[in-house]
Amino acid sequence: MIFKTTPLLLRIIALLGAVLLSGAALLIIGASPLDAFGLILSGAFGSPSRLAYVMTACVPVLLCSAGLLVTFSAGLWNIGIEGQVVMGAVFATGVMQSLQPVLPPPAVLILAALAGILGGVLWGISAGALRLWGNVNEIFGGLGLNFIAGSLTVYLILGPWKRPGIGSTSGTLPFPPSLWLPAFKGFHVSPVEVLLGLGAMGLIAAVLRGTNLGLQFKAVGKNQRSAFLMGVPVGRRMLLAFALCGGLAGLAGWVLIVGTSARHNLFPLISSGYGFLAILVVLLANFSALWSVPISLFFAALAMGSLQLPIQRQLDSSLGGVIQGMLVLSVLITQGIQSRFFRRGGR
Amino acid sequence: MDLTILLASVLAASPPIVFAILGETITEKAGVINLSLDGSLLLTAMAAFVVALETQSVLAGFAVSIIVGAFIAWIIAFVSLTLYQSQLATGFVLTLLCRDLAYVLGNSYAHVPGPQVPHTPIPGLETLPVIGPILFNQDPVVYLSLLAIVGVWAYMYKTQPGLKLQGLGERPAAAFVRGVNVNAMRYVYTLVGGALVGLGGASFSLLVKPGWARPYGIEGTGWIALAIVIFGGWKPGRAALGAYFFVALQTSVNVLQSALPGVPTQIFATLPFPLMILTLLFVTIGNSEGMNQVLSHLPEETQRLVRRVFKALQTSPPAALGTIFKKE
Repeated sequence: MIFKTTPLLLRIIALLGAVLLSGAALLIIGASPLDAFGLILSGAFGSPSRLAYVMTACVPVLLCSAGLLVTFSAGLWNIGIEGQVVMGAVFATGVMQSLQPVLPPPAVLILAALAGILGGVLWGISAGALRLWGNVNEIFGGLGLNFIAGSLTVYLILGPWKRPGIGSTSGTLPFPPSLWLPAFKGFHVSPVEVLLGLGAMGLIAAVLRGTNLGLQFKAVGKNQRSAFLMGVPVGRRMLLAFALCGGLAGLAGWVLIVGTSARHNLFPLISSGYGFLAILVVLLANFSALWSVPISLFFAALAMGSLQLPIQRQLDSSLGGVIQGMLVLSVLITQGIQSRFFRRGGR
Repeated sequence: MDLTILLASVLAASPPIVFAILGETITEKAGVINLSLDGSLLLTAMAAFVVALETQSVLAGFAVSIIVGAFIAWIIAFVSLTLYQSQLATGFVLTLLCRDLAYVLGNSYAHVPGPQVPHTPIPGLETLPVIGPILFNQDPVVYLSLLAIVGVWAYMYKTQPGLKLQGLGERPAAAFVRGVNVNAMRYVYTLVGGALVGLGGASFSLLVKPGWARPYGIEGTGWIALAIVIFGGWKPGRAALGAYFFVALQTSVNVLQSALPGVPTQIFATLPFPLMILTLLFVTIGNSEGMNQVLSHLPEETQRLVRRVFKALQTSPPAALGTIFKKE
């Protein structure tokens, strides 16, 4: 073939395709695509405070993406990540509620982070255990655990942790500002969050690229049988992958309680689809940690920018999700076309 | 008397899930996983409602939902069977994409009253004692869903093409040697399955949960349908039983709710989902190594009993499920 397509060119084609298709969807309902895309852009980057909002919203996505890189490299579809985020938030809230009166805020925050990680790990390992010992495919085990985490949150919010007076699904009583992560004065971003997100991604990238453990994860992902024959403890590695991913997702849940863009309380559906969004990020990044960072930011910008649509026009905020989905789908398609029809030489 | 009403209401609420699980069972029997059900159901429900409202024709709504469902399935078939990309990834992306697309496109149709499938008791049969009110005092879609279960079962197990369908999912190479064009037939069954899922979506918005909203309130049902297919062991009859079981759970939750007024209502709505997944665990756990080890510590009598129960529940997927067949 004459065309020599590079991954970058491929991504640009996919991006154009996604934008065109999303625009077509807008034309169907009689909205102006340019106007809508403009609103999303200004909604995400229009002012320093909005940019700050995007940067903090990006952190849970980064944390989840980092975790998913591990499970995907071990060949596992961790759809239970949503529940792991929720359990992180639940555990963090529990610890903060009970320790708030006794310990100084920094200690409470740190212990809550550890509790969040623990909650995520427990939920992650449960999905792994169901897969390993219950023969339940991790997709369905994970989904079940998502549903259970959801039911549990609703129960806690309306039952034991309800606001003084009447409990409502709007959530638990918000925590005082002393239990929020410290942020810059003018630019409302907490360096702690951003560093955690980037640090987690860097750490996971290093583990996957440069350590024996990372190699073992990949071996399990490529071929369980030969990994086993090579002496890799397959079951334990699978559980560890789930635990790592769950831990990072749990930390994301903690961020959703204490972070600068958080509502600072526990409410139903607190994960807001961040876990699923991270799955899209990792798929679009083609499982590369480096690409996951800008894509996380881009997807967070799309999600946050879209929130302006229902406020300023009669449009649904899911448009950001449509663009994200179209993007991943068109990358899958262009990738497939390239590998099937434009590949030169042998395989 | 109360039981009659309960059974009738379970049957009345069942068509969406029954169509969805039948569609997915056909698709997976052919060896393809259409993971997009949760999004497909929402998008086809929205499309059916909007078209039915605009044309004032319920039939047009159903027709469009079938086309949309088949189109989504075609994307999965094309990306995985022709382009060799991950079936699960494509299905997952489509789950979210179709959901968001449904919200965006259906935005201005939320909470608008629209046409519905008319209630049509079958004269003569509806007055039969017990069976009459349960089976024959329903909507046409309910009758169709019952016929579909029988039809899919008969096609799969009693006809020559049905046998070939099973071969597609179990041993595509053997089917190929026997002259079956594996990929073409997989396309066909993926599309047929998607069309049935579309029918399920339309049954939501034109019958069981008339109208459109955001959130529509059926979010998560598609995932449950996928689980029910496993629970049903990729057999249409048993999968249909699973569907009725799930709908019965949802219905009885409402009953339970009125019996326990002290517990917040929002909790009840969430319960059938974890319960269904727990049921799935019982079906799959019998296959596992760990369970065998646990069992071997029990006294022989109990062991035999438990094993027999597990054996009866046990299911195993089509051997080539989710794999791509290449001729060379």
